[in-house]
Amino acid sequence: MKPVSELRAVNQGIRKKDYKALVTGQGVYTQDLAPEDCLTVKLLRSPHASAWIKSIDVSRARLVPGIECVLTWEDVPHIRYTQAGQSYPEPSPYDRYILDRQLRYVGDPVAIVAGDSAAAVEKALKLIRVEYEVQEPLLDFRKALDHPHVVHPEEDWKILFEQGSEVKRNLICHEESGTGDIEAVLADCDAVVDQIYYTPSDNQTPMETFRACAYLDTYGRLNLLPSTQIPFHVRRIIATALGIPKSQVRVVKPRIGGGFGAKQTVEAEPYPAIVTWLTGKPSMIVYTREETMTCGCPRHEMQIHVRVGGDRDGHVRAIAMETLSNGGAYGEHSTTTMGLTGHKAISLYGKLDAYSFSASAVYTNTQAAGAYRGFGATQGIHAVESAVDELCHKLGLDPAKVREQNLVRQGQVSPSYFGETITSCTLDQCLLRVKEMIGWDEKYPRQELPNGHIRSVGMAMSMQGSAISNIDVGGATMKVNDEGFVNLLIGAADMGTGCDTTLAQIAAECLEIPVDQVVTAQVDTDTSPYDSGSYASSTAFLTGGAVVKCAEQLMEKIKAEAARQKGWALADVEYHDGQVEHLPTGTTVTLGEVAYASEVGGVPMVSTATNTCPNSPPPFMVGAAEIDLDPETGKVTLVDYAAVVDCGTPLNPNLARVQTEGGIVQGIGMALTEDVHYEANGRMVEKNFLQYKIPTRTDICPIRVEFAPSYEPQGPFGAKSIGEVVINTPCPAIANAVQNACGVRIREMPITAEKVWKALHRK
Amino acid sequence: MILELTLNGKKVSAEVPEDMVLLDFCRSQGCHSVKRGCETSNCGLCTVWLDETPVLSCNVPAFRAAGRRVTTLEGLRKEAEEFGGYLADEGGEQCGFCNPGFIMNVLALERELSADASDEEILAFLSGNLCRCTGYVSQLRAIRRWMKRGESE
Amino acid sequence: MLNFRKLACPETIEEAWKLNQVRTNCVLGGTGWLKMGDRPWNTAIDLSRLGLDTIEETEEEFRIGAMVTLRQLEQHKGLNAYTERAVYDSVKHIVGTQFRNCATVGGTFWSRFGFSDVLTCFLVLDASVVLAHAGTVPLAEFASGTYPNEILTHVVVKKTALQVVYDSFRNSDTDLPVVTVAVARTEEGYRAAVGARPARAELVTAETEAELKKHVQGLIYGSNTRASGEYRAALADTLTGRCLGRLEGDEQK
Repeated sequence: MKPVSELRAVNQGIRKKDYKALVTGQGVYTQDLAPEDCLTVKLLRSPHASAWIKSIDVSRARLVPGIECVLTWEDVPHIRYTQAGQSYPEPSPYDRYILDRQLRYVGDPVAIVAGDSAAAVEKALKLIRVEYEVQEPLLDFRKALDHPHVVHPEEDWKILFEQGSEVKRNLICHEESGTGDIEAVLADCDAVVDQIYYTPSDNQTPMETFRACAYLDTYGRLNLLPSTQIPFHVRRIIATALGIPKSQVRVVKPRIGGGFGAKQTVEAEPYPAIVTWLTGKPSMIVYTREETMTCGCPRHEMQIHVRVGGDRDGHVRAIAMETLSNGGAYGEHSTTTMGLTGHKAISLYGKLDAYSFSASAVYTNTQAAGAYRGFGATQGIHAVESAVDELCHKLGLDPAKVREQNLVRQGQVSPSYFGETITSCTLDQCLLRVKEMIGWDEKYPRQELPNGHIRSVGMAMSMQGSAISNIDVGGATMKVNDEGFVNLLIGAADMGTGCDTTLAQIAAECLEIPVDQVVTAQVDTDTSPYDSGSYASSTAFLTGGAVVKCAEQLMEKIKAEAARQKGWALADVEYHDGQVEHLPTGTTVTLGEVAYASEVGGVPMVSTATNTCPNSPPPFMVGAAEIDLDPETGKVTLVDYAAVVDCGTPLNPNLARVQTEGGIVQGIGMALTEDVHYEANGRMVEKNFLQYKIPTRTDICPIRVEFAPSYEPQGPFGAKSIGEVVINTPCPAIANAVQNACGVRIREMPITAEKVWKALHRK
Repeated sequence: MILELTLNGKKVSAEVPEDMVLLDFCRSQGCHSVKRGCETSNCGLCTVWLDETPVLSCNVPAFRAAGRRVTTLEGLRKEAEEFGGYLADEGGEQCGFCNPGFIMNVLALERELSADASDEEILAFLSGNLCRCTGYVSQLRAIRRWMKRGESE
Repeated sequence: MLNFRKLACPETIEEAWKLNQVRTNCVLGGTGWLKMGDRPWNTAIDLSRLGLDTIEETEEEFRIGAMVTLRQLEQHKGLNAYTERAVYDSVKHIVGTQFRNCATVGGTFWSRFGFSDVLTCFLVLDASVVLAHAGTVPLAEFASGTYPNEILTHVVVKKTALQVVYDSFRNSDTDLPVVTVAVARTEEGYRAAVGARPARAELVTAETEAELKKHVQGLIYGSNTRASGEYRAALADTLTGRCLGRLEGDEQK
């Protein structure tokens, strides 16, 4: 491949292809595109965290004028399935019905109501009479294992392959790994930190809430228009849940108003799907913000026990991690998220003599967790990067120097990262540059200001993966058309991230044509090539790789067709700059000319390629926060945030920068303001934007982002992923800065002013 | 009730429920730029102008707009596209779902604040517009460059 | 969501008051809070036609109509000159510009929410509310009383000689406050109002700073998800001290 300096389309900060529609407010989202005569679908939801439906009477609701259907557990197929958007066979338990008689959290659906107006549906909802047998809910995940209350007592619960599950003990899954004699090494270390770190079930809060619309097409097939990151998984999951052939479902993805992993789980889709399948009428459900916050799939609440040991010379020698994860009422994404807490945190350290990792996820009667950007790595990195700083304090060492001494480097084999070789890594450069940007050597650890406030700095490292090795599949189809413009059909889901543009940049780079000549089509499961979807930091890396392969195949076809048209020997032609050259004569023919001629008795040029990767090259990052701490109130205010990222070659530096800035600010929310509490009856307190405080414009500080690109040989033009690695540093970096400021260590996110104040006053 | 008002420069008249909010009225008139992102007045997605004042259309009973001028992004496409270019140059439009409400308020800001308004003034004016994709800083860069667009570079 | 069957836009205050004597009717303010309830109302009473949307300033007072928005308060030159921007400080963290363009003075004062920044600030001024039938009631009295089925038409602020400062503490910038404090220095001494305890703001008065701080600590502080009572009490003390410091600083200038 070409050196990065010679790239013309890739690595250019061009505007997104869809920007005009977005900035002028065109109707390009699910609700804007839905047929006008859609039935309104709403759900009656359980007011109890744990209950059985003793009886349900919908007779009066069905009589409300305008009501089309009212469905209860008796009316839906009794097929256990999972809503996790993962490749089949999913590593998530089949533990749901569309509607179940047993209700496992506040918000679990009790009935589906569809009618021709919202008012009629609201009225009908109020007329449904339910008799519940209420049980004491199990809310504390620390008490879940072997608790007498079994969240999933059903006999038809199943998991498609062994994951250490013991469902009657409320254990969803369990794993263990390690190398070396961890206890012996820890015992031999000069200092050991032994602490527990906690992160709540933070919510993704995409601005567009969950929603989906359904209608039958000319052929009687069920068409879905959902706000999703996983069109192909939606097709499979919905067909499974309804018990209908996969051939009867088509999924088309419109523009998506943000995902962050939330839309990697099927949430809203089953309800309009079953309404439309049963009534034949188009229908739509639009979740309220409260439903999206309380009946979605937020981050797994976790507590992570870390023991990290090191020597006075700064050698970090051993990390032992035990993760306990709260799956909530259903088990989606539990196995995979808990695994990442270890693999993507321990592996930041390259000189360990031993590590051990064990993880368990349990069922409780809280909202089911799911996928949220960072996906377990966020929680694990918070724990490890906090513990390493605590170790440095014990040893009296500068945490930046200790990290520099121990960080993983290019070419190393990482035992805790599935034994993979780290094929590209500039983590060392990221760290040195962040130190310069934040002024570490001048500012570490603290400075007292005349007004009594304290300025301090803290840093953390981060890594993620690039797609799930050997499982995820990226796909691309390309077609050459009149004038030589090229259709790019992908199955990856642009949810605002800009992959429709960055993948076109890759195609344009390969074909040496302007990006405008590449037309990206949004996903349609009938016509797009299969792609597992946009999650697990896969699209830039994996689908990008598929585009490269596809373009290479297409260029061979273009050459062959041009040679056929002109009667040239195939060996004599070369493709470059959007044209085919006959080398012996220097005669050229443009892509457009070849395309037109191919449409007249020729062979139109189409190619499809898929891509999968035996490993998952990690992107890396270092982030550093400068804070202002008011000791009188405990308030932590961000002053500056510096970040340097190794995402390999940034495909579009502008979009990569925005990914980084956005990820950091989500991380800042997690670190400082986003919190989740449950009342004793299992109702969530932070159920809307009034209570759940994501950062506003006035809560943040300047965020300065730079790149230190490595070149990943397996990635398209050296690219790795960017979407997730960027959310992981704020929690530990800010917690570390707080300790540097005032000696207080907050191990439970978020770091509220009150927690800091209380710790200061206890001292 | 019959509601008559001027929507994006055009007189409209429609039979609406008494308790309809302006947000739903705008969408019912085909102004799909107006989005609902919460039920608690926090997100700013539904920002429209009532006369020249930016308001949350989820907090305005539609009848209060009777006889007045309502402007949505559909009525300001040219300006939106101009500012949107600056935004897109930073990648700051991202998913786009918050864009209409945000841009309505940016266009209001431009009318209220001077071109050399401080970052603090700009951020304070826009604090009621949530965005979860961008982390806001790209949008501030775009606004700064756009507000200085008349000056020679 | 808003849920009412009929709309009434009375032309006189008396007409509005009469409509409000029915328990199933409600007065519409900025509707931001009303719409979050799911109670259906029979008739919604809109005060838009009563000319209550202006701030009138005279030599003696400000007369603020019930339909004046928080944004008008924020931008009113006279009011902010008189209070040295304390009124501005009390509204600037409330959600955002567009919200403040909707929220009304009437809705804010009538609700007397515990977390009300505005109520806290106005309590230390010489403020009173004007009710359709009960007439003019001092704000502190109104804040602790009940006035069923009344219509709040105006808030009146007398231009007495005082200096006032306002401060609040929030977990995030536009969140509801954890605690709110307003302090005024008058010819007789000091007044402080502390709100979001999380209970409704209360007014204390004292002749000296030390006494004022003692009274502030004597208020009851409770817990909710935003903070504990213990922390609120400490914050109230800190913020009161800072407000007093600012008053001191102003004097030196």
